[in-house]
Amino acid sequence: MKKLDSTVLARRANQIKEELRQKLRKPYKRVIDLYWGDPHAAGVKPLSFVRQVLAACLYPDLVNSNTLPVDVRQRAQKLLGECAGGSVGSYTATAGIPEIVHRISEFITKRDGGAPSDPKNIYISPGSQWALRNILKVLVNSQASPRTGVLTPGPCYPLTNFTIEGLGGVTVPYCLSEEQGWELQVEELHRALDSAKGVCNPVALYVINPGNPAGYVQSRKTMQEVIRFASEKRLFLLADEVYQECVHGEKSEFLSYKRVLSEMGPPLSDTVELASFHSASKGFMGECGLRGGYVELVNLDPDVMKCIYKLFSTDSCAPVLSQIALDLMTSPPQPGDPSYPLYSEEIQHIKTMMVHNVKRVFEVLNSLPGFSCQPVEGGAFAFPRLHLPPKAIQKAKEMEMETDLFYCMRLLEETGVLVQPGMENGPKEGTLHIRFCIMTPEDTMEEILSRLSSFHTQFMKDFS
Amino acid sequence: MTSLQHVNPTVKGIRESAHSGLQSLAAHVTQEIAQGVQKPFKEVIDISSGDPHKAGMKPISFVRQVLAVCLHPELLGNTTLPWDVRLRAQRLLEVCDGGSVGSYTDSSGIPHVRQSIAEFIMRRDVGVHSHAKDVFISAGSQRGLLVILKLLASGEGDTQTGVLTPRPCPHTLPTLLDDAGVALVPYQLMEDRGWAVDLSELHRALKCDRGGCNPRAIYISNPGTPTGHVQDWKSIEEVIRFAAAERLLLLVDEVYQDSVYGQGKEFISFKRVLFEMGKEYSGTVQMVSLHSLSSACMGECGLRAGYMELVNMDPEVTHFVDTMLCTDISSPVTGQLALDLMVNPPRPGDPSYDTYTQEILLIQATLSQNAQRAHEFLNDLPGMSSQPAKGGIYLYPRLHLPSEIIEKAKKLEVEAGVLYCQMLLKEEGVFLGAGCQNGETTGNHYLRLCILVPAETLEEVLARLASFHLRLMDTCPYPDRGVKGRDIRDTL
Repeated sequence: MKKLDSTVLARRANQIKEELRQKLRKPYKRVIDLYWGDPHAAGVKPLSFVRQVLAACLYPDLVNSNTLPVDVRQRAQKLLGECAGGSVGSYTATAGIPEIVHRISEFITKRDGGAPSDPKNIYISPGSQWALRNILKVLVNSQASPRTGVLTPGPCYPLTNFTIEGLGGVTVPYCLSEEQGWELQVEELHRALDSAKGVCNPVALYVINPGNPAGYVQSRKTMQEVIRFASEKRLFLLADEVYQECVHGEKSEFLSYKRVLSEMGPPLSDTVELASFHSASKGFMGECGLRGGYVELVNLDPDVMKCIYKLFSTDSCAPVLSQIALDLMTSPPQPGDPSYPLYSEEIQHIKTMMVHNVKRVFEVLNSLPGFSCQPVEGGAFAFPRLHLPPKAIQKAKEMEMETDLFYCMRLLEETGVLVQPGMENGPKEGTLHIRFCIMTPEDTMEEILSRLSSFHTQFMKDFS
Repeated sequence: MTSLQHVNPTVKGIRESAHSGLQSLAAHVTQEIAQGVQKPFKEVIDISSGDPHKAGMKPISFVRQVLAVCLHPELLGNTTLPWDVRLRAQRLLEVCDGGSVGSYTDSSGIPHVRQSIAEFIMRRDVGVHSHAKDVFISAGSQRGLLVILKLLASGEGDTQTGVLTPRPCPHTLPTLLDDAGVALVPYQLMEDRGWAVDLSELHRALKCDRGGCNPRAIYISNPGTPTGHVQDWKSIEEVIRFAAAERLLLLVDEVYQDSVYGQGKEFISFKRVLFEMGKEYSGTVQMVSLHSLSSACMGECGLRAGYMELVNMDPEVTHFVDTMLCTDISSPVTGQLALDLMVNPPRPGDPSYDTYTQEILLIQATLSQNAQRAHEFLNDLPGMSSQPAKGGIYLYPRLHLPSEIIEKAKKLEVEAGVLYCQMLLKEEGVFLGAGCQNGETTGNHYLRLCILVPAETLEEVLARLASFHLRLMDTCPYPDRGVKGRDIRDTL
């Protein structure tokens, strides 16, 4: 099992942070860490309502004090009533507190224009990747010959590929078309599947929508093609939809795979096996550290569902606080509630910030020679492409480093900006990218773009 | 469509837990009550698992106050909260990226918390060094244990990795071993000696199974779960020598180290004993010790955090542990911070100290009194015998079931202890665990009950249990009275 190559960059970043703490002179005062999709680490504030309810659930004395708005206190009281012994320290049912699971299913139905959702098919887990891992574990037989394959996008979220390989499976990459705004073309799915012949036995198709690292939002047409492909080739569809709240493009709209599938009607809607994932870590809440996510399973064989239940039961349950956070995400304050004005103000602020950031990233990077950036329609990252001079590629070779890692190391040293080398995400051979989180306060984004621009301009000059 | 035949054999191989069957029954009974079905009881009391808060035990105020402030830092300015609470919250927020518990952390845990844990271990095991880099935080101690088991796991059939596992063992352990793909090699604990570990039994278990699989580790819990046995220095030393001689990795579950109440008993960590055994042992014996927020005094099972300390492990192995923990991303930050509060509680002079101490003493007193009360009460019932527990949060009394019940169970194709629990649940609304979940296969029947519950709850449970049990015994003419476990003091 190979570890992610992020260590060398991460180690250097920690060293630099330590050096800055010890007041060593540098051309910058702080490291700006955009490696992960971690809005709070980047300076985005948590939602007040969420934190107030969680605090009151932890320390119920707050429920009776006037420190917190009345709807916060009522919600906390209701939630505590749904926790065994009235405490967030108790275990819950394997799949999560039943009332919360039920409300999540109602959220899904409402989101998907009425497509019914059965609470029995929903599992809350400590983060969406945990649930994904469990589903993959059911599908991937580490002892099978030929090995089990899963189609994954190129570029992809690295942890998913890592997990598949760790379980003894094989990743079968299908390339997204960067020049067409990272479009998923069904011919490419066919090509990828064909390439697996004789190599592995593909059982599943993993899609990320909105994308990570590439910031696309799929159209209904694309999604229908994907569903038809999955059905035709008898592939289990794994839809990672954790960025569903992050849609910035004016013309883009998030549609869930469940909704599209349901609206395609039978027989597809009754037969295509689908697992869709959501999380408390992304979107407006950005609560990565709470570890909360869920999976909804559709059209699975009842015996297979029993196995899934058994597997989820080997762990206790998701942290209660994250279950509550998911509840608050899916049932936020409504107009008329005392917390609603502040809540909607905070949400709007984040939305405006994202729209501003993606616009600026697109403008600035596309104006720099050696950079090209597709419009970021959704998600939490920019994934611009680097067109570096041959001398730079040569220098990287001499240092026995991948070129994009070389670029990122230099960027970190000279500007204190930490971004992820694109190679981690497995993009197309011969292309170079960097990935950085764009869920940052607007002034931080300006700072980043400024440092990145000066660095890049100098870099291109140095290696021309 | 994916069907059962396509499912990963490892997942298919995870055994069905009798516990989930009883859980469904309990949920069903609760639902019936909600629907107005008449029953001789108002609610189901569930003390089958170690979930103190569920049963009504209160959390530690200091912990909850600090965490609330960490969640909602505006409370830093709230002067109704003691200043040590606010100061600690401030310090903890400083070690979170962006000052938020919502940020990611290192997969093996926040360095500051790992350091706090190392310092706690050093204080506890006076004179023995502990390094933060050997401490790994996971989402519950079992998750950390699973990583170790997976690293050990290899082979199938007679080369499959085996782990020596006590009988009885924690009821969640067998499925965990299945999930990791390792074989369970049982060693019997000695009931008539208060569930002590017997060296010759360890040898027997190992010899017996050497042909069946490849034993590479030995799991032991101290205080014992569910037995309540607390090992003394000599016993721990024996186990360490055995593990060393047989080249077995020691997996030591010390989650209930804060709950030793038996007279003359104290918790001694395996690490401490190891390090007093001389260089040939302390420098070589490989060991993993586990602790968690689900401990007796904290009872914060729902926060999901625990840690393991790796001793004498190859650096390459610890590197892999770190890598494997990456796939879980990390333990929840609120849980990690709670670990810091667990190992670094208020000190004398701090404003929260008195309340904290009182709350801990109350928990310990409740546990100790409940253990005594339940042991005596159950031991006095015909057809039941109980070993006195010295620590931990469970009691594990033995049932001497009449042959009629055993026959009935056979006909229903259900384990007799499970049938007893089903009937108890339906007739009295009391949910206890059945010994077969704890790996009991000798044909004896046991009950498992968590005794870290409010005293009134225990009384209610004992009353309902006695009522059911006596009724059952009355319907059967010649119950086997069994051997009563008596505390040594009773014979004096």
